[in-house]
Amino acid sequence: MPWQIDLIVLIFVILCAITAISVKDLLSTAILFGAYSFMMCLLWAIMGAVDVAFTEASVGAGVSTVFFVAAVFNTTRRTKD
Amino acid sequence: MKYIGLLIVAVCGGILLSATSDFPDWGYSQSPASTYLSNHYIEKSIEETGVPNLVTSVLADYRSFDTMFETAVIFCAGLVCFLLLRNYNRQKKFFYRHISTGVVLCFKDNCKNLPASKKFEQMDADWIPHDLIIMTVCRILIPFIQIYALYVVAHGDFSPGGGFQGGVIFGSSFILLAISYNLQTAMKKIKEKILGLLSALGVLIYVGIGIICMFLGGNFLDYSQLAKILPVDPIHVRALGMLGVEIGVGIAVMAVMVVIYVNIASEGRHDEGL
Amino acid sequence: MTDFFIGIMTKYNYWLYIILMMIGLYAMIVKNNLIKKIVGMNIFQTAIILFYISIGYKTNATIPIIKNAHGDHGTGAHKLIIHAADYINPLPHVLMLTAIVVSVATFGVALALSVKIYQRYQTLEEDEIRMRLREK
Repeated sequence: MPWQIDLIVLIFVILCAITAISVKDLLSTAILFGAYSFMMCLLWAIMGAVDVAFTEASVGAGVSTVFFVAAVFNTTRRTKD
Repeated sequence: MKYIGLLIVAVCGGILLSATSDFPDWGYSQSPASTYLSNHYIEKSIEETGVPNLVTSVLADYRSFDTMFETAVIFCAGLVCFLLLRNYNRQKKFFYRHISTGVVLCFKDNCKNLPASKKFEQMDADWIPHDLIIMTVCRILIPFIQIYALYVVAHGDFSPGGGFQGGVIFGSSFILLAISYNLQTAMKKIKEKILGLLSALGVLIYVGIGIICMFLGGNFLDYSQLAKILPVDPIHVRALGMLGVEIGVGIAVMAVMVVIYVNIASEGRHDEGL
Repeated sequence: MTDFFIGIMTKYNYWLYIILMMIGLYAMIVKNNLIKKIVGMNIFQTAIILFYISIGYKTNATIPIIKNAHGDHGTGAHKLIIHAADYINPLPHVLMLTAIVVSVATFGVALALSVKIYQRYQTLEEDEIRMRLREK
């Protein structure tokens, strides 16, 4: 496995994590968190953990984003930090 | 608070970073984690269980006791969401829309919930017109998603997949129905009572297979004992036992995902969703 | 000096995982919004899962699904010889696969709790909730 791809995806993961916790809108957090999960899934597929990547793609990037959006829909998008 | 947090994070991170020098090199095949037991799993799995996908064979056979309680944890999570959020108080207002003219009627207070008919349909408080494209695409797509989920469960022995993934995909097909139509349509297809029963049934299938093995004279979850009642040789019967267990996991996960979604999306009232 | 660079080249993954974990910890400690804290918890969890998966990785090994498991059809007798170094260690994958599904279940419970808190206090900010509690 070329280590360059691994490094690029890891940097993207860290960027997604930082923006997800620093953006001031919870709906944006939801979408960024979905992107974070999908990047993570890519990283696992690179490492050869196909089952884990499949689970993360369906669970982390799919269903948990929907839960997140549903919860934000029923509460509020506003956040102070 | 911010600076204290940064300090704690910096100290923890520093300690962990200094510990990395003791780790084995990345991708080193003789690292302590990759010797001992896991080599046995890799080399003997196909002889002992006849399942090519090592992850499935370790998940559902060698470490099936672990997976059983993980399933129980998921069941408990569904139960907790139900108990926290479920709200049996009926809403105050019901809206009905006359389909051909678009006139909206509002029934207030303890008026009986009228069933929707051909002329009137019940609708949400913030109703938007049905989008024909979204509805048609989802109606075509949902059966394929469900078939794919069944394939993932059934083919988990030979390719990536298994009960957890298949269950989540099957549950997400119902969530897609609830998003593209509305929550009431989805809840008419799969009732709340059935969801509760299914999530318990999934765990029960898992435990039941274990107990059947006990009654046949083996240990708990020792699938090779199932050869006494199934006409298959003792190695391939372990693959069948794994399939049964995966089906149980899939049913439980599917039901729990739908329960969690429905309760969060409607705040437990089961009337209006996203 | 070259030893130092070789050390970085072989260990940089671990360093980035630890940075990711610390981002999650920072969000859990400092952020005021409950949902942000939940996101921090999830980032922490996925960083640990990532670390476990990377422990099982072997260079020049393939995914843990055995090739030609049931023999080449038609050749008849066939003895399969499997070398452990050719396949990635499946044990961390199994442990983490269940951890991911349990993490989404706990995520659902955490969101249900925050929805309940919002119904009661009309806010998700931690300091405002504490203020409402003190008023009573």
